[in-house]
Amino acid sequence: MNGPTRTASKHAAKAVEHSLAGRRHRSVTATIFLGYLLFSTFFGLIALTVLLFTIFRDGLPFLDSTLFANGPSAHPALAGARPAIIASIMIAIVLVATTLPIAIATAVYLEEFAQKERFWIRLIELNIQNLAAIPSIIFGILGLAFLVRGLGLGPVLLAGALILGLQMLPTVIIAAREALRAVPDSVRQGGMALGATRLQVVWREVLPAAIPGIATGSILGLSRAIGETAPLLMVGAATFVSFNPELLTQYTVLPIMIYQWIKLPQADFQGLAAAAIIILLAILITMNGFAIWMRNRFERKW
Amino acid sequence: MFKRKSLITIIAVAGIGAAVTACGGGRSSDTAAATTAANADTSLSGSIVIDGSSTVAPLATLAAENFQVQAPNVSVTVGTSGTGGGFAKFCNEETDVSSASRAIKPEEQAECDAKGVKFVELIVGNDGIALITNKENTWATCITTAELATMWAPDSEATTWQDINSAWPAEELKLFGPGTDSGTFDFFTKSINGEEGASRTDFSPTEDDNVTIKGVEGEKGGLGYLGLSYYEQNPDKLSLLQVDSGSGCVAPSTTTVQDATYTPLSRPLYMYFSEQATQRPEVRAFIDYYVANEASLTKEALFVPLADQQLATAKTTAAGLAG
Repeated sequence: MNGPTRTASKHAAKAVEHSLAGRRHRSVTATIFLGYLLFSTFFGLIALTVLLFTIFRDGLPFLDSTLFANGPSAHPALAGARPAIIASIMIAIVLVATTLPIAIATAVYLEEFAQKERFWIRLIELNIQNLAAIPSIIFGILGLAFLVRGLGLGPVLLAGALILGLQMLPTVIIAAREALRAVPDSVRQGGMALGATRLQVVWREVLPAAIPGIATGSILGLSRAIGETAPLLMVGAATFVSFNPELLTQYTVLPIMIYQWIKLPQADFQGLAAAAIIILLAILITMNGFAIWMRNRFERKW
Repeated sequence: MFKRKSLITIIAVAGIGAAVTACGGGRSSDTAAATTAANADTSLSGSIVIDGSSTVAPLATLAAENFQVQAPNVSVTVGTSGTGGGFAKFCNEETDVSSASRAIKPEEQAECDAKGVKFVELIVGNDGIALITNKENTWATCITTAELATMWAPDSEATTWQDINSAWPAEELKLFGPGTDSGTFDFFTKSINGEEGASRTDFSPTEDDNVTIKGVEGEKGGLGYLGLSYYEQNPDKLSLLQVDSGSGCVAPSTTTVQDATYTPLSRPLYMYFSEQATQRPEVRAFIDYYVANEASLTKEALFVPLADQQLATAKTTAAGLAG
């Protein structure tokens, strides 16, 4: 008589068990997933810590005034990276002076003035995005053919800087456009309503509001350019330069110097390479610090 | 939140700054580094652009560095585009001097001819590869190039000395050699296995030849290859293998490398000077400096110096440029 009921309750019990098991199962998955997320988060941090630790351990004893005062030498006791440090900083200055204005102006035009439905505007946008995906060595070949040989600039610092500028251009344009897009339309409309011209609105309201984002994007592009080796080797950066480089002389940069030293057999040069890496890191952190300062200085809440 | 970030940055920068001031003096002292410029010639100025072989680079760099002590107003730069890459730039009139680990090829010559680039060739040193074995290795004194090829082929399965030559004992073969970045590696693989870079990979590679020396010193069945000059710094610790390339066993030595009877593991190193460059006094001064100091420069860069005949030719070439 109570047969079917019993079966039903049995079924119910089974179903509950099932769902319980399912929930338990889900919670295990969730734990695993959470663990995976945490691992991923800390993975980069651990790698960075190990990297920094090794570099500082190997490099700090070699980080002395000779490294800043002397040029490269076959004798580890005399070897320094002065020409490379100067060239790297000069390249950064040339990039800030040439690439940033062009990139920001491009972004302002595309975001604020261009009629986006025009086919040639879309063509430009497409090209900028494609340009950002081109491997750096290709830029090197372009620099060799166009700047060094075509324009007859020769293997000079300016040619290297310009080709790095071309390489970082799309990164900065894209970042700057994002920053401009993040400025609410109400700011533009408010300005217009008060009778300001489009130029005035962009110049006095939109651009200052976008500075934090533009600064971050610019520094990312700049940092990548400063750490670049491949395109510079292509456009003829030398490996041994003992004089202070100028815009129109031969040059070598810190990453190339580091690469050269690592390859040398004497153990002291490995330490010098690590010390040069610390200098490169210091330059990059200083630049990043400046970007963060800019962001804080101009940060606005809407 | 942003304030905290900038704080972190400041701490990081300050940390590096503190580290810079706290540490220092990691370099081992180097007495050979003492350079004097008592007889410096400040009348010379201009620049010399050298590019080419990475094998020759240590020699070119050393020559450039020491020459600039003598002529402080001349700036010499050295690039390492490789022998072929160097010639491409040289024939395109982008460099003054092309360093090379082999003579210029006919097609490169043709490229230079097409551009109207004339040049003078100077042998600047000799490169020889020594094969070293353990002192306790009494069985092998001479090895043929065919045996070397068996030993070092990319698909080599030789694990004992017996696998190479049945007369040798079944002592385990422990191989040492330079890292793949090295010019010595390129030269050895090309000479022995016929193709640059073709080598078995289960050997102990190192950019530090001293590691090769220590490794072979500690392994009875050890065999390694390195620049002859490195061996000559440690002759007591190791045995040297003779090489037979078909015309009898030849031991590597300064003489056999210089006269190229130690084949195929010896080669001359070159620098090519464009005639346009040799018109300039600073380039001629560099050549004169090199020829006068060739012995000490090659020794310090761990190459084999020029033979008397080679040096005489170099002197004649240098003298011929003066006019």
